[in-house]
Amino acid sequence: MYEFFTTTNLGIILLTTGQVLLIVVPLLVALAFILWADRKVWAAVQLRKGPNVVGAFGLLQSFSDFIKYVLKEIVVPAGADKFVFFLAPMLSLALAMVAWAVIPFNDGWVLADINVAILFIFAVSSLEVYGVIMGGWASNSKYSFLGSLRSAAQMISYEVSIGLIIIGVILSTGSMNLTDIVHAQDGRGLISWYWLPHFPMVVLFIISAHAETNRPPFDLPEADSELVAGYQVEYSSTPFLLFMIGEYVAITLMTAMISILFFGGWLSPIEALPDGIFWLLIKMTFFWFVFAMTKAIVPRYRYDQLMRIGWKVFLPLSLAWVVLVAFFAQYGAFWGTYARWTTGG
Amino acid sequence: MAFDYVRAAKYFVLWDIAMGFKLGLKYFFSPKYTVNYPYEKTPLSPRFRGEHALRRYPNGEERCIACKLCEAVCPAQAITIDAEPRDDGSRRTTRYDIDMTKCIYCGLCQEACPVDAIVEGPNFEYATETREELFYDKQKLLDNGERWEAEIAGNIELDAPYR
Repeated sequence: MYEFFTTTNLGIILLTTGQVLLIVVPLLVALAFILWADRKVWAAVQLRKGPNVVGAFGLLQSFSDFIKYVLKEIVVPAGADKFVFFLAPMLSLALAMVAWAVIPFNDGWVLADINVAILFIFAVSSLEVYGVIMGGWASNSKYSFLGSLRSAAQMISYEVSIGLIIIGVILSTGSMNLTDIVHAQDGRGLISWYWLPHFPMVVLFIISAHAETNRPPFDLPEADSELVAGYQVEYSSTPFLLFMIGEYVAITLMTAMISILFFGGWLSPIEALPDGIFWLLIKMTFFWFVFAMTKAIVPRYRYDQLMRIGWKVFLPLSLAWVVLVAFFAQYGAFWGTYARWTTGG
Repeated sequence: MAFDYVRAAKYFVLWDIAMGFKLGLKYFFSPKYTVNYPYEKTPLSPRFRGEHALRRYPNGEERCIACKLCEAVCPAQAITIDAEPRDDGSRRTTRYDIDMTKCIYCGLCQEACPVDAIVEGPNFEYATETREELFYDKQKLLDNGERWEAEIAGNIELDAPYR
């Protein structure tokens, strides 16, 4: 039996499909509750109760929304490029899901244990901008097009700083494999995680993650007050749902990235407690809460402010940090905190 | 102008965002103002101007004497009245229509009525699926009067000391 799944082609396909389903299905189910929790947090800060009618505490709200979306009519604007119009939402969902292949949920619990995991995630999340641009362009509408152009500029700008921040982590670890990165943070619990040596970059990374996923306060592509809903304006029914799921999957991926890169992934914060997947989930939940709170309290940035922060603050800061980390790592400053590949990490 | 170091420092340590988080968390845990509408309702003033109703006297006689003051005063011209003497010689309406899609709920009909016949009751949940259902006729208004008489009479009594 074991040989069937590891040696024959059919077995490998079946095994991989099973593993994919094991990631995708819990992710999508969790997403329904994440959407609900997001709305609840938003409501709570605004002194509202949020959805609380469908199911106990409104827990089934997302499922009723799902049915509503699916049953609605799909409106295709006249003059839209039909093929690209429908390709865009599928692409944006597929790309958001693909990145999960390299996320290690626990020691060894990773679908594709590749050496360039970070590079892969980086590449895939850069591609996500295509979904947005294609959607905006194929809709044949001014608002959509402006929204998608903004989104392209924004995602590219913040990818630069995200990339540089990640380079700092890679320098410290000496590997692009996410499992290795987590192992390098193993040690004396909370204090040996990367958030401490890479502290300012953690904040920068979280902010960049907001911009990268078009999350408020950087939701300029969909700025409701100016662009109605940006690139999504012509989308209805299931295609819109795909865009939305894609967006939320991407944000969840970002919370996973923050947890893995800077907060020790599945490692427990206290040495005495056992490591496990629940630590990763707790950390991701916490960062989701931060994302939701940010949406509730921070007003949307102006476009020039967004670009100024991206290019004039984040880029120089993260670039300087890369140089600094390189020096620290090379000369073993701070008892080798920055060079975990030498200490065995 | 001197460089504002305090402001620059605050900008770099994300002071505003941190304070915003603090405030947000304060509100996050404070009691919520939401009223679960279909299950809970806010109190209404006795002067609340909702759906119209035509009232009757306790002996069952219609109050309306077809003076048409409400029709005359209605700024939206939503009220249409036809009248002729009844068999017993008293003057009564044969037709009393209110176009609820025109009505602006100003309450002037209620103010103009010398016999408290047309009133705006406390009901505001009368949404319909078609426009036609909102063209109220006399029968509908009298039915409303019967349905809401207790509340309407109570409200008029509560408001009496102020007029």
